[in-house]
Amino acid sequence: MEPVIEARDLVKYFPIHSGVFGRHVDYLKAVDGVSFALHRGETLGLVGESGCGKTTVGYLVLNLLSPDRGTVRFKGVDVPGLRGKALREIRRNLQVVFQDPQSSLDPRMLVKKTVGAPLEVNRLARGAEVVRRVQAMLAEVGLSEEHAYRYPHEFSGGQRQRIGIARALITGPEFVVFDEPTSALDVSVQAQILNLVKDLQRRHGYAYLFISHDLSVIKHMSHRIAVMYLGIIVETAATGDLFAEPLHPYTRALMSALPLPDPGKRTMLAVVAGDVPSPVNLPAGCRFHPRCPEAREICRRSAPELREVKAGHRAACHLYE
Amino acid sequence: MSELLLEIRNLAVQFFTYQGTVRALEGVSLRVGRGEILGLVGETGCGKSVLARSVLRLIADPPGRITDGEILFKGRDLLKLSRREMRRIRGNEISMIFQEPMSSLNPVFTVGNQMQEVVALHQAVGRDEARRICVDMLRQVKMPDPDQVLAKYPHELSGGMRQRVMIAMELSCRPDLLLADEPTTALDVTVQAQVLSILEGITRRQGVAVLFISHDLGVIAQLCDRVAVMYAGGIVETAPAAAIFAGPRHPYTQGLLQAIPRIDDGKEALMVIPGTVPSLIDPPRGCRFHPRCGHRFQPCDREPPPFYEPSPGHRVACHLHAGEDQRRSWNRS
Repeated sequence: MEPVIEARDLVKYFPIHSGVFGRHVDYLKAVDGVSFALHRGETLGLVGESGCGKTTVGYLVLNLLSPDRGTVRFKGVDVPGLRGKALREIRRNLQVVFQDPQSSLDPRMLVKKTVGAPLEVNRLARGAEVVRRVQAMLAEVGLSEEHAYRYPHEFSGGQRQRIGIARALITGPEFVVFDEPTSALDVSVQAQILNLVKDLQRRHGYAYLFISHDLSVIKHMSHRIAVMYLGIIVETAATGDLFAEPLHPYTRALMSALPLPDPGKRTMLAVVAGDVPSPVNLPAGCRFHPRCPEAREICRRSAPELREVKAGHRAACHLYE
Repeated sequence: MSELLLEIRNLAVQFFTYQGTVRALEGVSLRVGRGEILGLVGETGCGKSVLARSVLRLIADPPGRITDGEILFKGRDLLKLSRREMRRIRGNEISMIFQEPMSSLNPVFTVGNQMQEVVALHQAVGRDEARRICVDMLRQVKMPDPDQVLAKYPHELSGGMRQRVMIAMELSCRPDLLLADEPTTALDVTVQAQVLSILEGITRRQGVAVLFISHDLGVIAQLCDRVAVMYAGGIVETAPAAAIFAGPRHPYTQGLLQAIPRIDDGKEALMVIPGTVPSLIDPPRGCRFHPRCGHRFQPCDREPPPFYEPSPGHRVACHLHAGEDQRRSWNRS
């Protein structure tokens, strides 16, 4: 089956300017060779700590940023090269739900306008038809028809996120990026939103790229998981396999650092020391070696490639060569 | 519980706003023993930060005011102290660390400058002695190269290092109680694990009691001896950590624990607490949780529940745990 989205060797460096004349001094290497494919009805979870480049990957596949190198294909069509009508045709299939529903909704727009805008921009519906489809969409995300005639400030955080989801899904996209959609929400509300997002996928077969720093949320939502560290994927596998046998020392460190709500099991262990290095001055060799409890001589010199260690389970680590 | 250090009795805090009077805390009672780590857990707006700030009398007036109750620290009511006496308590006997260390550190002074000022002010020692104490404290929070860190400005440190500086600074005066308000919420998990293991190590060594505020049930479970759960301005359940996670008694606590995704189980759908947190300007009558509760019955929308003690040390404010006689009287009415 042809993948809905296929990203290959994506690279994005952001130039850093400094001084009065904005002299270009260096690059922040946000994404440095990321590949993945995503099929219909499937969720790929992208997990990593702040600054690892996971949001940038999301923006690259949505064509909100253009990659310095690499390709993004939507059903076999190259996205970055598209212009005009062809781009618009594809854009309605690539949608996004942002982290903060407070700042991603226009406070002066009625919900009807916010959720209906994608239909009008893409010329999918007009007039009364827009209102009808907005109300159907609101019902689908668990809001009611009269909510269409209210402003964002009249809603709670969880309801606002439902509006954000309605806006993303109203054009009937095939691919949706969720960028930390529940990080600003309390746990009781987070559960409602996560259930809704899963449920919508079961009904409509959307392909999801689900970005989060929270490993337990990622596990709950994803069929497959890619762990990112400093701009690259260090390990990727089916969710069950990754948790049954995490291969990369960074994945293991993430898992043991996670505090489990069970006082009987000792977790939240500080396996790795120090902080994530700056993505401007990357460590030589393996990017994780300065913090890795299992680093050896070769790790300081050469960067390991992401290779298949077991069927469908790939890791970028010299331990498995 | 060990010897009693802090006892809050029937505390009420209100904020007087244009929209109306926000009843942020009502009838809150809580005890912290010496050297104990007590976790205070609850969702946004439940009043957990207001509670911690009340202990240090840091509620801004206006708009806020402590309208009722007592805060007994080593037997003295902090609410009756003069401002001067209160200033001697802050920092010396009770310290506090916040979520965002950057807003607690002054960006234009070096770390050493700020730390030494604190030490010199509270302990009446000379410059050299103050510096020696600072270096020693930074070592205790496992800061590599303390002398260099003292010469740095806060912006030159990472988030985890800044929070370690705060811990070192706040514990340098050997307080008896540390109030920690979501100290690792802004940090990544691997750094959070480092900072919390340091915090736990140093407070246990020094015998400092900690009131640890967090919305993260995982962190609370891993760190705390006892747990108090807050909802809409009141405490609904307190118990030893092992008891509350193994057998939560309040429907809200039960709901919270089932609503979080965990890596050690494989459930398909999460349990959901229906509805949202109520407004504290016009909170629900009776039990404040009753509109969202699946177990509500006759008394819940009329009478605020008292604390029942279903097992020793496990207290829960819920009518479900009322005795037989009480239940019969509700059934008759």
